[in-house]
Parts: sequence; C-alpha cells; structure tokens
Amino acid sequence: MALLDVRNLTVRFDTPDGEVQAVSDLSFTMEKGECLGIVGESGSGKSQTFMAAMGLLADNGRATGDVLFGGANLLTAGEKQLNAIRGNKAAMVFQDHMTSLTPHMKVGRQMAEVLVRHRGLSAAAARDAAIAMLKRVQIPDPERRAAMYPHELSGGLRQRVMIAMSLLCHPELLIADEPTTALDVTVQALILDLIREVKEQDRTSVILITHDLGVVAGLADRVAVMYAGRIVELGDVAQIFAAPQHPYTQGLLACTPRLDDVGKVLKTISGQPPNLQRLPPGCAFAPRCPFKIAACAERPPLRPAAGGGLKACARDDIASINRAAS
Amino acid sequence: MTAPLLQVKDLKVHFPVRTGGVVIGRYQALRAVDGVSFDLAPGETLGIVGESGCGKTTLGRAVLQLLPVTSGAVTWLGQEMTGLGAAAVKAAREHMQIVFQDPLASLDPRMTAGDIIAEPLRNYHPELSRAEVTRRVGELMEQVGLLPAMVNRYPHEFSGGQCQRIGIARAMILKPKLVICDEPVSALDVSVRAQVVNLLKDLQKTFGLAMLFISHDLAVVRHISDRVLVLYLGKAMELATRESLYQAPRHPYTRALMSAVPIPDPVKERAKPRIILAGDLPSPLDPPSGCVFRTRCPKATAVCAAKEPVRETSAHGHDVWCHHWRE
Repeated sequence: MALLDVRNLTVRFDTPDGEVQAVSDLSFTMEKGECLGIVGESGSGKSQTFMAAMGLLADNGRATGDVLFGGANLLTAGEKQLNAIRGNKAAMVFQDHMTSLTPHMKVGRQMAEVLVRHRGLSAAAARDAAIAMLKRVQIPDPERRAAMYPHELSGGLRQRVMIAMSLLCHPELLIADEPTTALDVTVQALILDLIREVKEQDRTSVILITHDLGVVAGLADRVAVMYAGRIVELGDVAQIFAAPQHPYTQGLLACTPRLDDVGKVLKTISGQPPNLQRLPPGCAFAPRCPFKIAACAERPPLRPAAGGGLKACARDDIASINRAAS
Repeated sequence: MTAPLLQVKDLKVHFPVRTGGVVIGRYQALRAVDGVSFDLAPGETLGIVGESGCGKTTLGRAVLQLLPVTSGAVTWLGQEMTGLGAAAVKAAREHMQIVFQDPLASLDPRMTAGDIIAEPLRNYHPELSRAEVTRRVGELMEQVGLLPAMVNRYPHEFSGGQCQRIGIARAMILKPKLVICDEPVSALDVSVRAQVVNLLKDLQKTFGLAMLFISHDLAVVRHISDRVLVLYLGKAMELATRESLYQAPRHPYTRALMSAVPIPDPVKERAKPRIILAGDLPSPLDPPSGCVFRTRCPKATAVCAAKEPVRETSAHGHDVWCHHWRE
C-alpha cells in the first residue's frame, strides 16, 4: 500500500474577487522511503496541495477529494485525529524559518513540547531528546543553543532547528516546503545534505517542494511538475531531466541559467505565469506553448508518456520536433 | 583600454551600531563595506556576488551616494563623488540609475506606469513638452516589452515580471551610462527570470550601458557579466573576467561558493565534489583578524590570522586576496 495516496484533490479559495481554484483534480501516490520533488512556479498549487493535505488551509479555503495516509483520510479526519498525526507521523518544514518558530519560547522548550504532547515524555526526558536531536542535525554546542530564543540564531541554524523539531517523533513522512529558498547557497547545501541523510538513514519519505530544479536534481527520486494547479508531468528524476516530455518542463529546464555552461542566449518561455481566475479552457499552458495545436483547446488528461512517466499534453511528437530543430 | 567610467578606490562604508546595555550603551562600527576597489569601463558589466551580509547592496548604494561613505573614493568620469554637494550629486545621477530587487515595492502604488517611467525625465528635463515625454515613454515601453496601451495602469495591475520591466524602463529613460541592478531577477519566477535577464542584455547592447549586476545567484551572474567581483564580509576576495573566474576560481571562498550551487542535472549534481564551509558567517561588528574568511576557510593557516592578504594578480590578470591561492 502506498504511504500517501492523493486522489482527485481540489482546493478552492473564496476571495473578494470570486472563487479561485488553486489545485485541480490532483492525484498521485507515494511509496515509503522515496523522495518526491514537487516543482512549480508561484501559483502552481505546489504548497497548497500539502497545506490542504495537512489540514492547514486558510479559513477561506476548502479541499475536496481524498488524502489517504496511514489508514486515515486526512481531509475528513477531525482536528483531534489530525493533531495526533501532524508533527508525529507526518511533519512539515516551512520556508520561513523566522515566523515558523514561536518567538517567545526557547528553542529547547518548543522542541520538547512536541515530545511531551505526542510521546508523553517527562519534561526532562523530552529536553534531553531535543538536545540529542539538535546534535544529530549537527548544530554545534546544542545545550547552549537549546537555551536560546529563535532570534538569537542565524537563518541556517533556525532551519536546522525546524528540521530537528520535525524529526523528533521519527515521522514516516517529511514535507519540506521550499526549505532552503531563504538561505545562502553554502547553507542550502548543508541543509540538503541533512535531508538526504534523514532520507537514507531513517528511510523517511520526503516531499520536497521547490521552484529550484537544481535542488530536486540532487535529492528527488521522482519529480512532479505542476502548472496552474495541476500536475503536467510526473516521472523518474533521471528521465525528467534527460528527456522531459511536457513542453513546460522542457521550457523550465531551458530557461534555467546553469553554472556549468554558458549558453549564448538564455531560452525563455513567452508570456506570464497564468492567472488562476482567468484560466483558458483546455490546456492551461497552451497560451505560452510553442507546440500548441487545435487539440489543446480540450484539457489533456495525465497519461503515460515515453520514458515511463506521465504527462498532460495532447502531443506525442514534440521530442522528434525538438530533435529536428537542434 | 578606454578610460574607466567609474573608479572605486578603497571604499569603506561603516554604520554606527549601538551595542551593549540599554543604559550604558556604546557605538561600534559595522563594517558593511571595508576597503573595496574596482574599475568599470563604459559598456562593461561587472557582476558583484556574495552571500547575504557581504556588503554587495551597500556597495551599490554607496556608488550612487545613496549612503554616507566612511572613507575612500568614488570617481565618476574623472570627478570625485564623495563630499560633493547635493546639486552636483543630482547632476551626476542623471547618468547612473538603479533597478531594485522587489519589483512591486519599488514602484509608487499611486502612480501609473507611464508616470513612473516618465518621472526621471520630468525631473531632469522639465523643458520637454508633454507630447515628447509621452512619445519617449511609449517608445521605451515597447523596448522593454510592455504594451504602450498599458501606460495608464497602476503597479498592482501588473505581474511581478512586468513590474520589473517598468522599473527597468524608469532606469533607462534618461539613457544613462551606468545602471546598478540590485538583485533584479531574484524575486521573479524561473520562466520570467530568463526573459528579464535577456532584456537587460539586449538593452545593454542597444544603449552601450555599463552595469553593476549585484546578485547572490552565480549562475545568473555568469550569464550576464564580463567580469565578476566576489565579496565576503565587506571585503573583496577575487576579481576576474568571467571565463577566468568560472573556469578556474582561485580563492577558496569562490571555490566553496561554486561547489554549493546546485546543477539542474541529476547525474552531475550527485557526482560533483563539494567543499563544505564550517561554521557561520562572523559578525561584521567584530570581523576576524587578518583574512576575514579564515574562520571558515579549509586552507587557513597561522599567517591568515596574523596578516590581511593583499591583492595578488595572476598571469591572466586575475586578482585574488588570499595567502594560499597558489596552492
């Protein structure tokens, strides 16, 4: 049985300008021990998919569909049941390391709280376990750091504290939402190493949400590319990067400046990211797609593609067109 | 070589910071930029890279005299800028413009796109007729990829990428000789970032612009720069042509920085060697003695703590500030 099984997840928000559908009819499964990379630009629905799964949507948001995890449907579970799962079997690490920690609580105490609540440890035992976990994530001088407030730590250390906190109950699933976006590259490299270690040593399943293709390239086993609230391509990491099947994935790869080569002119994807309130009927990427045909007026389903992955694109001849062009 | 457009010599920007207790406090100097020198030729792009807190933004603003300079010289077209009166600084700024990181926050929400783009022109050339201003604004909007029909819209009606195009148009309307771009694409989505990078490259060619391109993103800097200056804790580490720097970085900090940038290729990314930097960035209030990078440098020895490295130039004209760069 899959560790996580998302079926027909749709997330809507009521806004003053009308309803916005942030995630549309999304389905995927995830196996134990794997790392699934979720790639997309702002507004692609990559964060809201997992906020909905964890019952963390804003008040004006509603989710429909099924999110099956450990025998429970997270979308219909009550607050009590969710609280027993969140931070325990499934933990989340957020992008904003400053606002995601409680500012008026010492780091050690807010970490210990997790163990007291979920595992019923005594305060002293929880504190020791928290310090051990800080050591595990390679925070130097963990006893002293545990007695500090979040603002006394650097961004990299705060992100480490968040990861340490998320690992306290040895979760089966770690959801990392842009865990390194606010960090410098040298710090980012250390945090990614840490996530890799957690995945390999503890067999923790990891969902890595990011806009940075380089980050998923180093860590993910499979990659889902999202656009306008839908998965447009899903496949093995090697295949996604070596032979992307969807024009959007191809475009993203071509327009990412790379340190290891100097192309003369950077390729671009024309136009702007979509406005979710004014999506075209049919394929949402069609207005920006160089391969648009009449069939794109109808929304393409996610279907098997060459290379063993899935794609939501009406055409099958794009690879040969690209080969002829290059 | 042509005469430099801009010469920065031993520039220092220190901010007074109150530390210590509430009652008995004292002021300490935060060394944001601490003795940086470089030249910029007309039409050249100098990339300025470094991690947060390295002083790259402060350096850009000090060049424009948007911040008080502690010591050192900024020479613009042969004229010393530091210590000039407000009127003279204003006159010089006609030819040096800036594009900011946050596209929406750097535009006045109550002004239309047209007014925002026209503002520098009205400031410096009040003699121009309304029709002439409108004509130039429309022309420039087209050049930066905005529909001139959008001239009466407000910033919130544009996407992030379009707002940045407005910011770029505002910087270009006076046909400046130098544009300082402070993280101009960092806030943009990947698909839009490439468009704006290409736009800046095109404009540079069309107008023969010089640019200071300030960014933490080494891949983008490689794409756009002729030369690159690497900063760490307010000091220059390495300054070289793009090819020389990216093909053969000499400074241990540059090497560590480059090895940390993820490459969007699973095979290469998983195979590449990485240089791990130990510890955190030291405080700019109390920088390490000698070489500021020595506390995290894998090559540091006793001499690094005792003596500050001076500029050494390799056979390829590659400047390095390191005691051990030859190793």
